[in-house]
Amino acid sequence: MSELRYEAPDSVASAIKLLAAAGGPTRILAGGTDVIVQMEMDMIDPELLLDIKHIPGLREIKAENGGFRIGATVSGMEMMEHAALCATWPGLIDGVKLIGSIQVKGRATMAGNLCNASPGADSVPPLVTAGAIAHVVGPNGARDVPVEQIPVGPGKTSLTKGEIIESFFLPARARNSGDAYLRFTPRTEMDIAVVGVAVNLTLDTAGVCTAARVAIGAVAPTVLLVKECADALIGTKVDEAAIDKMAAAAAAACRPIDDKRGTKEFRIKMARVLAKRVAQKALERARHVA
Amino acid sequence: MSKKYHVTTSVNGDEYDFLCEPQQSLLDVLRDNLMLTGTKEGCATGDCGACSVMMDGRLVCSCLVLGVEAGGKKIETIEGMAKGDTLHPLQQKFLELNGLQCGICTPGILVAARALLEKNPDPSETEVRYWLAGNLCRCTGYDKVIRAVMAAATEMRGA
Repeated sequence: MSELRYEAPDSVASAIKLLAAAGGPTRILAGGTDVIVQMEMDMIDPELLLDIKHIPGLREIKAENGGFRIGATVSGMEMMEHAALCATWPGLIDGVKLIGSIQVKGRATMAGNLCNASPGADSVPPLVTAGAIAHVVGPNGARDVPVEQIPVGPGKTSLTKGEIIESFFLPARARNSGDAYLRFTPRTEMDIAVVGVAVNLTLDTAGVCTAARVAIGAVAPTVLLVKECADALIGTKVDEAAIDKMAAAAAAACRPIDDKRGTKEFRIKMARVLAKRVAQKALERARHVA
Repeated sequence: MSKKYHVTTSVNGDEYDFLCEPQQSLLDVLRDNLMLTGTKEGCATGDCGACSVMMDGRLVCSCLVLGVEAGGKKIETIEGMAKGDTLHPLQQKFLELNGLQCGICTPGILVAARALLEKNPDPSETEVRYWLAGNLCRCTGYDKVIRAVMAAATEMRGA
């Protein structure tokens, strides 16, 4: 075991410098609900734990250009207590609410959920369908990355050495929009998604779908944004036929594994079932009936 | 051996100084360094809630917080729940209604339940069950736990 060092820098610049200078494996410590467990279970052996919670501004949810800027160290509970965020992005909050217990959500962050890169991360599908952009800072400057491009496989991200997600940007919301997320788990609480589906859609005044994004979780090495699902909804009144077509496209996009939580067949079947339910819920929210 | 870190924190209103290694959890610090053994270790991976404490007013698992992170924080543990010889209404109701058997999960449940009642003094049974979903109990089957929390809530609203 290497000697572990803990650092709590007070600026992004010094955080990047510390990460870039580290010789061995590093881990960002925000909520710690994955990192501390992985250390406890000897799954990781970092040389540097970089606590980013002392960096001013990272713990804020701010209005920006009609949308929201959510700092990397904002906890799940802080998101759930933010009335405007809950009202605007209820589907994202659906996902956040499902992350572990109240205790876990008191610490866990969305950035951590994304960077832990589990295919079953509950906040990721609705974050993807929201069109969220991760603001990534690193030794070579800053870049804005669509969140679906951050995880590249189980436990792996596209972030390079020294890079940190500083915040997420959630874009301004069009009128008559709704999003929703549901997952299947054997237990209602404290469980890991066997399948998760998020839908975000926008209707025009005639009730025709003008924009849609659909993402599926826990059925491939990463959360997938499925364009064929969106295509099945856009231009329709999101009637039963359109929803069926969208759900079939979701099932067709699944590339799941068999594991103790579910077989491939079960996951594909559930993806179709959940896609229908989630689209209905997103539709009701877009029509302001939910 | 990693370097030791000097940490100053407040636990139940008292200032504490301790030295800890960076991988040491707040749970270990509470129990082994500060001898506050009311907080229990169940799973040590954030699944069971036995180690629940409050940190800056937020309910957390102390096994998922590092000792070094507690610097400058306000920690509240089960040891601060009774006022002298006067039990908190939740503690009293757990005794009266047999809300515990072996007792290992009890400090965590009491801390978690108090956090709920401070936020929502009149929760439904469903709200109590969901709030306490992160606190596992292998003895009671939960029913008496829930009844005790509901009874304490009623009493606290009346008081």
